[in-house]
Amino acid sequence: MSTDLPVLTAADFGSDQDIRWCPGCGDYSILAQMKKMLPNLGVPREKIVFISGIGCSSRFPYYMNTYGMHSIHGRAPAFATGLKLARPDLQVWVITGDGDALSIGGNHLMHVIRRNVNLNIVLFNNRIYGLTKGQYSPTSPPGKRTKSTPYGSIDNPLNPLSLAVGCEATFVARSIDTYIKHLGATLERAAEHQGTSFVEVYQNCNVFNDGAWSYATDRNIKADHLLELEHGKPMIFGKNRDKGIRLNGMEPEVVELGKGVQEDDLLFHDEKATEPTLAYLLSRMRVDDGFPEPIGVLRSVEHPTYDGGVVAQMDEVTAQKGKGDLNALFRMGDTWEVEAETT
Amino acid sequence: MSTTPQDTLHSDKDTESLLGATVRLAGDSGDGMQLVGSQLTNASALAGNDVATFPDFPAEIRAPRGTRAGVSGFQLQFSSEDIFTPGDELDALVVMNPAALVTNIGDLRDRGVLIANEDSFAGKDLKLANLDQNPLESDDLKKYNLIKVPITSLTRTAVSEVKNADGNTLGTKEADRCKNFFALGIICWLYGRNLEPTIRFLNDKFGKKRPDVAEANTLALKAGWNYGETAELFERNYQVQPAHLTPGTYTNVMGNQALAWGLVTAANLSNKELFYGSYPITPASPVLEELSNFKNYGVKTFQAEDEIAAICSAIGAAFGGSMALTGSSGPGIALKGEAMGLAMILELPMLILNVQRGGPSTGLPTKTEQSDLLQVMFGRNGESPLPVIAARSPSDCFDVAQEAWRISSRFMIPVIILSDGYIANGAEPWKIPDVAELEKISISHPGPIEEGETFLPYSRNEDLARPWALPGTETLMHRLGGLEKEDLTGNVSYDPDNHQYMTNIRQEKVDRIAHVVDPVEVSGPASGDLLVLSWGGTYGACITACRRAREDGMSVAHAHLRWLAPFPANLEEVLKQYKKVLIPELNMGQLSLLIRAKFLIDVAQLNKVKGKPFKVSEILKRIRDEIELLK
Repeated sequence: MSTDLPVLTAADFGSDQDIRWCPGCGDYSILAQMKKMLPNLGVPREKIVFISGIGCSSRFPYYMNTYGMHSIHGRAPAFATGLKLARPDLQVWVITGDGDALSIGGNHLMHVIRRNVNLNIVLFNNRIYGLTKGQYSPTSPPGKRTKSTPYGSIDNPLNPLSLAVGCEATFVARSIDTYIKHLGATLERAAEHQGTSFVEVYQNCNVFNDGAWSYATDRNIKADHLLELEHGKPMIFGKNRDKGIRLNGMEPEVVELGKGVQEDDLLFHDEKATEPTLAYLLSRMRVDDGFPEPIGVLRSVEHPTYDGGVVAQMDEVTAQKGKGDLNALFRMGDTWEVEAETT
Repeated sequence: MSTTPQDTLHSDKDTESLLGATVRLAGDSGDGMQLVGSQLTNASALAGNDVATFPDFPAEIRAPRGTRAGVSGFQLQFSSEDIFTPGDELDALVVMNPAALVTNIGDLRDRGVLIANEDSFAGKDLKLANLDQNPLESDDLKKYNLIKVPITSLTRTAVSEVKNADGNTLGTKEADRCKNFFALGIICWLYGRNLEPTIRFLNDKFGKKRPDVAEANTLALKAGWNYGETAELFERNYQVQPAHLTPGTYTNVMGNQALAWGLVTAANLSNKELFYGSYPITPASPVLEELSNFKNYGVKTFQAEDEIAAICSAIGAAFGGSMALTGSSGPGIALKGEAMGLAMILELPMLILNVQRGGPSTGLPTKTEQSDLLQVMFGRNGESPLPVIAARSPSDCFDVAQEAWRISSRFMIPVIILSDGYIANGAEPWKIPDVAELEKISISHPGPIEEGETFLPYSRNEDLARPWALPGTETLMHRLGGLEKEDLTGNVSYDPDNHQYMTNIRQEKVDRIAHVVDPVEVSGPASGDLLVLSWGGTYGACITACRRAREDGMSVAHAHLRWLAPFPANLEEVLKQYKKVLIPELNMGQLSLLIRAKFLIDVAQLNKVKGKPFKVSEILKRIRDEIELLK
């Protein structure tokens, strides 16, 4: 008898629901890459659960032919944690956005990451509130004019990757909606990681914030604005691959290769560095400050998972004390007998 | 001559037999009153008495020493009769300092025994309690049987020979920590309580790590007992015969403990893993603490980052197939409101526990109140009805936990359990059931479907319950969510008629529960002048007051609501059998509001929000007044 699993295709992972994102939305691409990538994992559809909060991105689970839950605003990591604790056998994905994860759900994001629950978080960052039609978000740049900031935002934005690294995330990565191969490969690596995987995806909202990432997607300039990370490789970027990142004391600096600077002088990427210092340094590099923005895996380290720990502790206590016996439990304190009265 | 616990038990003084007694131990919150109170409870229960307790302590862990704010009390009624409350007036009061005296003396009956630690009534102690004069010298205390005992100095003497591991005698501070056990010793002598269970407790708790502490407290306990016997202060002591309880094996349970045990039992009876997502909050935390011990019973506890995450994690676990539960008190339930609405529209089974405390806002965290009834009934956006069940006493929590899960899993609906601080921290004897004889809770999950069939996650059975399909099951992949569901498919639907239909169905699910739970029972005449209607922790005071009223010849019946939503099917019929309905509540009239709205009948209200349970006398007085008005 053959035990081969049926070979699934991207189409098998699509549900029968009409997709209701605006035409041209970056979410379509992320959905497509997810559907394309999942068959590579060999995990049956019924073992996969997508959990989302509220926002445009959070409609994602409805479009996947897996188990799913469209929960409440910002709380998807908490639902996912409960599900993963109850059912460690499932592969759990959290789909969220910049408002959902970083504003209303900031607390849960921080805690799921520091616990290192074995699940995957994909944050669709479009730097705007799309579903509510165009208010600024925690990642909108200062000065951003939106419906709720007609004179420009005076809010200091949050850097999602810095936050994740600060919570000592064991897997931190970034990709871009239109870099479909890179995106698929990044999602696959996130799925394979044991522990909380955090992936930020630059996603274009073509209705309320079109072009927010154009510096990273425009064919003519993107090469100078992106640093594609590869483990063990020097950090080189630029249209002609003639620029690099060098460490000057504690600070990174952009240098041009050739003029007395060799590849060996550059910073080499080490995603497995135990300390999160390098990942943090990379997360801080922004185009606005004259740096390329890193994409790829910033950090991927091994650390015990919370859900694994819960199961291990239960097994350990059960091995020590034996399986619980309710009749014994009820009698563990002082007891006394009341005899039937004889009259 | 050394004494053994056994020979200390035979008093040579006259012994008078009593039906029962109400005793309160009061002192500073650092004096260990709760500890000796629970020991006295245990000793009384082991003596075969029925017992009921009321621990009353400040919200501050260590309020300024010696002040009125820092007074901690433990009240206990023990009796040879069936009792339901920790008692009204005190027969005996022990006060460890002036602050305890002035804040508690009002509850001592005339000629009641007042035992005061006279060593702590010096100028400094009086000043801390804001007193100019020593109350022990006041004429106001003449109506009591005041017994001044130098408890601190006698305790120091009693433990003076005890040596610690280094061979040194105990310091003054350590010696003084034993004075609560000296006080307990006096009370044990006064009411003929056996010292043995307390000595066993001390040895179990301290014997291994600090044998000197175990020895010192044991000596203080015995010294207290001997002091009662030998000092010429008491004319007699008392004996309370065992109560006539149903035959069986008994143990003492506190409400939160019984609830935790009931939950584990319900999980066991339904072959489920119990998942408890919670965030620490008074007075619900002991449920989390108790359940976190039960790892070898398949219980998973998750201390979440906040109240919202706690309930969301439980909903996630419910989706995964666990018996899921979240628990909190009023402020936390307020935060959970949105997620409770989601759980309702997802139609997943789970339990939501509210151990009520004094509100609003942070309110009175350590005090009891019943003021979250309307919150749990209506505290969510949209039309989101949920069933609500309320425990009536500490041991009842065990049964309520199982009944709540039975209904929740059968109807695929989240059920709210109400308890309160009084029930949670109170203790009473509980007849231990045989687990094998408890009714199983049967739960089924759909299996894979055949090719060509369609799985309908919002199809319904005869109870209107939808199938609980678990992730991991082939061919049943489906998506749940907080957007309105289309009937049968569960797909997102904005169809107007569908929304009306689904709203009706969700209400109908709650309503139908009324037909499967027990009808409301009436004790007393089936019709007559007055019906006292109660719910939750006021059960004991109400049933006792009604019994006394009938003994006095009044036509008064008592009915107690276990389910607040839905109301039992026969409630309206019952209410109409009496000329008047009186609803005593520890809130400003929340059940009264619901009863009036639902049945269009007027009710008389008896309301109190003082952080304390009703006294039987308060209810009895109001019953008399109402009966008088009917004449």
